[in-house]
Amino acid sequence: MSLAEKAPPLAGGRAASDSIWALRWKRFRQHRGGVASLVVLALLAAFCLAAGPLETLRGVDAVQTDLFKRYEPPSAEHWLGTDDAGRDELARLMRGGQISLLVGLLATVIGGVFGVTLGLLAGYFGGRLDSALMRFTDGMIALPLLPLLIVLGAIDLTKLGFSPDTAHSPSMSFWRIIVIIALVDWTAIARLVRASTLSVKEREFVLASRAGGAGHLHIMAAHILPNIITPIIVAFTLTVGRVILFESVLSFLGFGVTPPTPSWGNMLNNAQELVTVAPALAIYPGLLIFITVIAVNFLGDAMQHAFDPRSEE
Amino acid sequence: MTAGPFIEVKDLKVHFPAPKNLFGSGGAIKAVDGVSFTLERGRTLGLVGESGCGKSTTGYSILRLIEPTSGQILIEGQDILQLPQSQLRPLRRRMQIIFQDAGASLDPRMPVGDLISEALEIHGLWPGADRRRRVRKLLDLVGLSTQHAERYPHELSGGQAQRVAICRALAVEPQLIVCDEPVSALDVSVQAQIVNLLQDLQKELNLAYIFISHDLSVVRHVSDEIAVMYLGRIVEKADRKRIFEGAAHPYSRSLLSAVSIPDPDVEQRRRRIILSGDLPSPANPPSGCRFRTRCPIVEEDCALHDPPTRLLEPTHGAACLHIQKSQELLKWT
Repeated sequence: MSLAEKAPPLAGGRAASDSIWALRWKRFRQHRGGVASLVVLALLAAFCLAAGPLETLRGVDAVQTDLFKRYEPPSAEHWLGTDDAGRDELARLMRGGQISLLVGLLATVIGGVFGVTLGLLAGYFGGRLDSALMRFTDGMIALPLLPLLIVLGAIDLTKLGFSPDTAHSPSMSFWRIIVIIALVDWTAIARLVRASTLSVKEREFVLASRAGGAGHLHIMAAHILPNIITPIIVAFTLTVGRVILFESVLSFLGFGVTPPTPSWGNMLNNAQELVTVAPALAIYPGLLIFITVIAVNFLGDAMQHAFDPRSEE
Repeated sequence: MTAGPFIEVKDLKVHFPAPKNLFGSGGAIKAVDGVSFTLERGRTLGLVGESGCGKSTTGYSILRLIEPTSGQILIEGQDILQLPQSQLRPLRRRMQIIFQDAGASLDPRMPVGDLISEALEIHGLWPGADRRRRVRKLLDLVGLSTQHAERYPHELSGGQAQRVAICRALAVEPQLIVCDEPVSALDVSVQAQIVNLLQDLQKELNLAYIFISHDLSVVRHVSDEIAVMYLGRIVEKADRKRIFEGAAHPYSRSLLSAVSIPDPDVEQRRRRIILSGDLPSPANPPSGCRFRTRCPIVEEDCALHDPPTRLLEPTHGAACLHIQKSQELLKWT
């Protein structure tokens, strides 16, 4: 055809054969902060996972108390000193990180997926479904958080048919805390996703897809979700930080991760009253939470960059 | 072949609920209020009128992207308004649409190749490796190179984006394409390319077009028949030639008087029929003839009778009570 136009070379040195995920990875790597955070998070994860081997190697234990060695300064035996019960601080930080990172990640993902699904359905279908789902969300927001948590935390699992052994096992308290956080922390994402869906579903390309014969599920998965991924990523990254702190509140109230099992949250909480005696006990877990939250935020930034096809330099 | 025209629209009405006021329901906005026409394959019907007259709504409801309130749309004799939503998919293969803003009609997060093959996937057409070949062939058909398949919409120019939109519409081998102001957002030079492309494709693939536009010069170029819409109704319909040489309805005549003529001397000397006032609200149209509030030759009886469509010739109808007066008094050349 005489009108044929020749395509100029693609921007950003893109090869036509690159798959979508290769492209995204390429764009991700353009974001220096994102790459750095990925490294930091990997190091943090490695640090926490090294807890077991290092404990055996050093002959210390995260839960063993020694009241003759309280508030010790760093030494060859206890690299970061000991806490108020004479436990090795470094070992506790490593063990606690396993719990905190996992809780932060899992609770965010579970609550987030629930919130995204709900918001997407409400925004896309509108009408009565929207009213019902959003009133449910409003109701959830209106519930006072603290009493709700206390009620949720006080549920006796043995009454729900679990055997006493499983109900009181540490892994059950770990899952319980994740479920509790996921149950209360999806509302912000649901409302955000609903609002974004409302604006995207009116765009002409959705109509075009319908004219092409696409069903609701296809439109939601292929057109709406990719176009609202940016606010979702932002919300997820903000939630991770909040959830890690949230876990500490729960631990403080005595639900979920209870001492002597450490988590960054309960270590920080515990150090509150000791801040004049041993400020380092507050600084270590606080710093780790801080680093995690910052790194996750940068990671979210880089992921936004990676998912947006317009972000090519 | 079945008897009857390829597509026949009978008394199509699309009413939207008006926003409620303090005293309860606000009635209905009659965006389309009794539109009828027929169209054969390989031919183009131009729908013209100013913004808000219901031409796009008519186009959308033919594809059932908007649900009409009443009326019939017969495709080869079958009334598609009777089909339940779940059985629309085969229909979607036969009718496609091209939007005014091509950029907005392409998902910014999808590469062009995926956009074009999306409908193929949904309908299960050209499976496997054939699909890529089909996309390449389509790109070639609209004058794009195969490399464009890897592009994202924001990397395309306006004309290229519209070509991609045409490509997507053609992918499922439709018989009818509703072109909703397909060139209004483009530069004039690009407009010509796209219009010519649409005409070439029509000849090649025996397509029927419903070409919606407010630009009479473009409509004149592409249409076989032209329907002039005002406030949800077709006020005049005729062959292209008849409309441009002997339009009878005062509204059509005033529209024609606004088309610029490329000869400056003629343009200087010509008369224009200037309409006063705004388009009345479709929620509360004037009684009798809808055009009477702005008509330059309005008479008393215009407020009393809703003018029926009078056939001036077998293919030329106009809905006006005073056609003779209109033809005598309103001159535009």
